[in-house]
Amino acid sequence: MTTATRRRKPAAPYLMAAPAVLLFIAFFLIPIGYAIWLSLHAMRVRGRGFGVRTEVFVGLENYISAIGDSAMYEALVRMLAYGVIMVPVTMGLALSFALMLDVPKVGLKSFSRLAIFLPYAVPGVIASVLWGFTYLPAVSPVTRIFTEAGLPAPDFFGDVSIYFSIANIAIWGSVGFNMVVLYTALRAMPAEVYEAAKIDGASEWQIAWKIKIPLLAPALIMTSVFSLIGMLQVFSEPNTVKSMTNSITPDWVPLMRIYQQGFIENDIYLSAATSVLLALVTVLLSLAALAVFRFRARRSS
Amino acid sequence: MKLVPTVLLLLGALYSIAPVIWLVFASTKGPGELFTTFSGFPSFNGGFMENVRTLNEFGDGRFWKWTLNSLIYAGGGAFLTVVISAACGYAMAKYKFHGQRLILGALLAGVLVPGITLSIPQYLLLSSAGLVGTYWSVILPSVISPYSIYLCQVYASASIPDEMLEAGRVDGAGEFRMLWSIGLPVMMPGLVTVFLLQFIGIWNNFLLPYIMLANDDRFPLTVGLYSLLNRGASQPALYTLVITGALLSIIPIFALFLFLQRYWKLDLIAGGVKG
Repeated sequence: MTTATRRRKPAAPYLMAAPAVLLFIAFFLIPIGYAIWLSLHAMRVRGRGFGVRTEVFVGLENYISAIGDSAMYEALVRMLAYGVIMVPVTMGLALSFALMLDVPKVGLKSFSRLAIFLPYAVPGVIASVLWGFTYLPAVSPVTRIFTEAGLPAPDFFGDVSIYFSIANIAIWGSVGFNMVVLYTALRAMPAEVYEAAKIDGASEWQIAWKIKIPLLAPALIMTSVFSLIGMLQVFSEPNTVKSMTNSITPDWVPLMRIYQQGFIENDIYLSAATSVLLALVTVLLSLAALAVFRFRARRSS
Repeated sequence: MKLVPTVLLLLGALYSIAPVIWLVFASTKGPGELFTTFSGFPSFNGGFMENVRTLNEFGDGRFWKWTLNSLIYAGGGAFLTVVISAACGYAMAKYKFHGQRLILGALLAGVLVPGITLSIPQYLLLSSAGLVGTYWSVILPSVISPYSIYLCQVYASASIPDEMLEAGRVDGAGEFRMLWSIGLPVMMPGLVTVFLLQFIGIWNNFLLPYIMLANDDRFPLTVGLYSLLNRGASQPALYTLVITGALLSIIPIFALFLFLQRYWKLDLIAGGVKG
């Protein structure tokens, strides 16, 4: 922008940005600062006999308990098991569907695109209700079909199958959105590249594998980062299905454990320490993914 | 027509809509039929109307209250988000000012902070302000969306030509006048996308209202149906209500989606990747 702008109305951009900045301070910075402050404190009884409970500084004590919390450790392992299924399957399906939509002369294109995208509009809780009933033996149409056929019905709430059952709910809800982002990125690419490859005799498969996927790298990394963040924050699906089965404990994944620490065990200090740790993991993971992205971008340019 | 990709896409479409079709069928079952008849086929014994009637009467129309609440949270929240994000994104795209890089950096970092890290301290802070349990406790934290501001900034830089603003200045228009009569109209397609993304985001949100609200008069549909499902574990008769409620709750959002389909500019989201 020209310097003339700055001289004429120096206040305007500040005023335009002010509401957003103030709300960001009030609902992001202050809560984060408060979470860090809480994580370094605890409620302690002071004095003998009927002591008064007061908030005292305890240093890294909460962090040590948070790291040593075996329930949290188990929750992390379960989250990883869930993520190992959810992230690759979501990305794989989203990429495959996007590439198929981009194949010339595919039938019923707009119908499939819309149908696959629609679950994105269904809240995680409602999606869990939907799928939960199809897993629940008393109501499940799948169980019914198996029993009618005289076969043993699959157990959707088994020790291993539960991970697939929960991952399936998240996959169902997020494939469409990722597919549309990838498909839109594909559409934005210059058609000449494909034309040249076709003249050289490349098949659709080779074009997809050798040209489209490498060109999609930035969009793939962005959508994968979103999926990873989604994995770390998984809450509503297991929390909803919990009421239908005993296979899901109240501390099944990290966020459920944090909720339990903060609102059921009423230890907001420990809960704050755990959530600060989880936030750090999220930020580090995202930064690592972005570093890979930068590295690739530099290499290709 | 290419057969293999078409068939695979149709399988994907089937996977995506089959549970919704099941939901439609299951909602035709009266409380007695849900556990006794095959839920892969609909019933035609008037079960659906009976379920809707029961849902209507449940807790003096509580279900409709939840629906209205969801509309208030998602509609009001998304509208306010668009207003403040558009102004901030426009300012960052079209001016150079002190602290700009800092704001952008802070916002991008803000995208990465997990919801719960914020929700618990937000709950405690709003609780000391006496706002917990009110509509504001769900709307205010939803209004600030770093991702929306980022999209507005990307879109404003790409779509508003500097020359247009220069011409406005020559004509003596004030800076706010230009935001209103040049910036906003040009940004409108992008703003519709930001509104829809944010509307769906708030409509689908569970954690924030779950933490903030205790009184079920203020529940949005997600928390309301969740509480109903929880009670259903001991009272299976409530399951038919949950099923019917889930179906009725996704109809308006599907309708909005289909209606506004053409106004979506999803290349905006994908375009954010290049920026």
